[in-house]
Amino acid sequence: MKLKFSLLIILFLASLPTLKAQQIQKTRTGTFALTNATIETITNGTVAQGTLVIANGKIAALGTNVTIPDSAEVIDCTGLTLYPGMIDAGTRIGLSEVGSVEETTDYNEVGDVNPQVEALTAVNPNSVLIPVTRVSGVTTALTLPTGGLFPGKAALLNLHGYTPRQMYAGFVGVVLNWPSAAKRGYGDKRSPEAIKKEYEKEKERLNSVWEKALTYAKIDSAYARDAENQPEYYPEMMALSPVVSGKAPLLLEVNMASEILDALTWIKEKNLKKVVLTGVMEGWRVADKIKAAGVSVITGPVLQTPTRDYDRYDKPYANAGLLAQAGIPVAIRTLETENARNLPYHAGFAAAYGMGKEEALKAITIVSAQILGVADALGSLETGKQATLFAATGDPFETSTDIRYVFINGWLIPMDSRQIRLYDEFLEREPGLSNE
Amino acid sequence: MIKILIFPLLFLWVQTAKAQPETGSMLIKNGTLITITNGVQAQTDLLIENGKIVRIGKGITVPKGIETIDATGLYVMPGIIDAHSHIGLSAINEATSPVTSEVFTGDALDPLDVSIYRALAGGVTISHALHGSANAIGGQSETIKHRWGVIEPDALKMEVAPRTIKFALGENPTRVYGRGYGMVPNTRMGVEAVFRNAFAEAVAYKKNWAAYDAQIKDKKQRKTAVPPAYSLRLQTLVDIMDGKILVHCHSYRADEILMLLGVLRDYGVKKVVFQHVNEGFKVAPELAEFGAMASVFADWWAYKFEVYYSTAYNAAILIRNNVVTSINSDSGELIRHLYHEAAKTQKYGDLTDEEALSLITINPAKQLGIDQYVGSLEEGKDGDIAIFKNHPLSVYAIPRKTIVDGVVRFDIEKDPDDVRLYVDPEEKFDQPVMRVSEEKCMQGADLMEFLQAEK
Repeated sequence: MKLKFSLLIILFLASLPTLKAQQIQKTRTGTFALTNATIETITNGTVAQGTLVIANGKIAALGTNVTIPDSAEVIDCTGLTLYPGMIDAGTRIGLSEVGSVEETTDYNEVGDVNPQVEALTAVNPNSVLIPVTRVSGVTTALTLPTGGLFPGKAALLNLHGYTPRQMYAGFVGVVLNWPSAAKRGYGDKRSPEAIKKEYEKEKERLNSVWEKALTYAKIDSAYARDAENQPEYYPEMMALSPVVSGKAPLLLEVNMASEILDALTWIKEKNLKKVVLTGVMEGWRVADKIKAAGVSVITGPVLQTPTRDYDRYDKPYANAGLLAQAGIPVAIRTLETENARNLPYHAGFAAAYGMGKEEALKAITIVSAQILGVADALGSLETGKQATLFAATGDPFETSTDIRYVFINGWLIPMDSRQIRLYDEFLEREPGLSNE
Repeated sequence: MIKILIFPLLFLWVQTAKAQPETGSMLIKNGTLITITNGVQAQTDLLIENGKIVRIGKGITVPKGIETIDATGLYVMPGIIDAHSHIGLSAINEATSPVTSEVFTGDALDPLDVSIYRALAGGVTISHALHGSANAIGGQSETIKHRWGVIEPDALKMEVAPRTIKFALGENPTRVYGRGYGMVPNTRMGVEAVFRNAFAEAVAYKKNWAAYDAQIKDKKQRKTAVPPAYSLRLQTLVDIMDGKILVHCHSYRADEILMLLGVLRDYGVKKVVFQHVNEGFKVAPELAEFGAMASVFADWWAYKFEVYYSTAYNAAILIRNNVVTSINSDSGELIRHLYHEAAKTQKYGDLTDEEALSLITINPAKQLGIDQYVGSLEEGKDGDIAIFKNHPLSVYAIPRKTIVDGVVRFDIEKDPDDVRLYVDPEEKFDQPVMRVSEEKCMQGADLMEFLQAEK
């Protein structure tokens, strides 16, 4: 009898790997206690040998003297460090599946004034790219529409959920691509005069759209007092109206030094308060002016070649640090889609080339959260904030570091992606060589 | 007017350039030597004389007149080698026929390309200046040394490197010829047909020449013997079959990799390196059995459909299946931090330090047929060295000095504000260029797209 029982157990154990392979791993939530962890809070120093309790999707408690609730599932984090989830403040995640296949890309609408189109509408929550990204500790991403003057509204996503609403992480912003005074690559044969002329023309166009939106905002507020009559449906102007009146944020993409200066003058003229400069590749050339204007910056990619042949090779690595040293709040983005998982390495290069580790870590956590207006929920490990965090074997900027656990909004994420599954399947392929 | 003046000046400059590549001597003292083939040696010296490593050991005394570089606290490793690059080239694709084995990237070298300096600033001393991937059988390619500062194009060539040629499978040739010109290949079936047609023609060509060679040795037939028409295109294919040229094949999918292995087997071609080879992990046992090698990206995927089913664990799976694997850049951006790209194999597959660094040193050297000259720190090998602050696999690694043939070509302490060797007198100074990320492999190949855009 006993023998039979043992045999059953052995058979059961032997069948486990197959069972495991067939199981679909789901995310799950509940009450968790992460114990014996080093806790990198970002805003409040480092806690050694601490415990962090997750309940109802939030950080319920953290510190060295924490009572673990009876209902909690305890996860021993000995040797691990907890960090807030990394926020990539500029990607195309969810809007593009296979770069060169247009049928799978939804970031570029026809026309150049589309402030009403919503990235959130077109986000594919089941994109294969999402699990690949989040198992690397990048839990949150701003996804951007592109193309034209006003390509649409960007949205901040938590990289977990089955509907765009479930993924929504609390920020939406109209994107403005500042007209470009740069060559469009080396194939661009336009003369400097022709480039300048087009640039001026584009700026005029921007201003005429802006004036129109201001007029619309005035008419709209007049109509607001008259419930019976409403202005004609004009979605572009409805979307720009809160932006021009300074109520809604504007993400202003601008990269070259002269363009940045023009944009700063323009921001002052329009008296815009809720504006964030994005890109800002040549920000280091005019850092003092950006500082004086009092605007925040989302910069990146860091892993990028210099904008000019005569610039020092390391300027793109150093840019974020130089801006931060000037006293500007700086967040770092990858501007990647499938490789937003490299966010810690963009930050790592910025750290190595002058920004320092601490500032670079802030640039992908708390500073991003502050710039995007979600610092009450994201960007640091604090009681009451969203439980969006990860546990790593060491410095997340180093490639030798492994990420062991990821939580998004209190959900424990399976450490699984198609790339990991392909590894498991093909490392020791069966059958191997065949003579047939 | 300025142009008229500058041209003869440039010409004079070229005339005075040295015919032999410049070499140097130096003693690199007290560094942590990452030899690749013989472990890590702490606090060790390395002596280079006339461009070659002559001694590795402790307490080497400085020979007279030789400069010493103090590498205390620094890491000294062999110069990084990129088996797939297009920097230093003024042309990449001869996209006019599915077979163009008669062209050479060595005829389009551009020593003024600032990307060469930027690669040096990432510790890279050698790159494989590959033809693009528009054609099934592309052009012959050049292995170059990053001798930044030379202005004669030929001075970049690594003369001892064997000949190589570019092949390409999948979406690129079918897009250019099938979709672009309405001709074969339009499918992966057609790509195989192009190879088989070309090699069959080359076999006939070889036979015709062999017959002619026999005729001229024969007294009776000598007078009436007529040589076959010479074809550089077909002769190159004959040289491939004779093992004189290494094949480097742009590829992604498992099926097309197996297809080419079949073609090469049938025509007796034994040396092949698959480039990109994103699905190499799926056929790693077959690659290993053939003796084929693989040169991959660390983590690029999903930019086109044929790389959708990729995994960043590709390099690790290939290595564990005994395929000689390297990590390449195919990009003027990635080439600046190949050490970091190699480091990603520790995240994706837990490679050891030595395995990870082999991916950018001795393994690409094997793939280019130059491993007896470069790719490790060994006495007798070339004085191609990269010196790092912090371990090269750390994200905090910073290349300090890069040395080619014993000559310092990059020095972080002497990095000038403007490194350009040539300034276009017509270029407006304050005119930045917006970078457009593109697959360099296809540069110059998108004729149809260009024409359509013109419309």
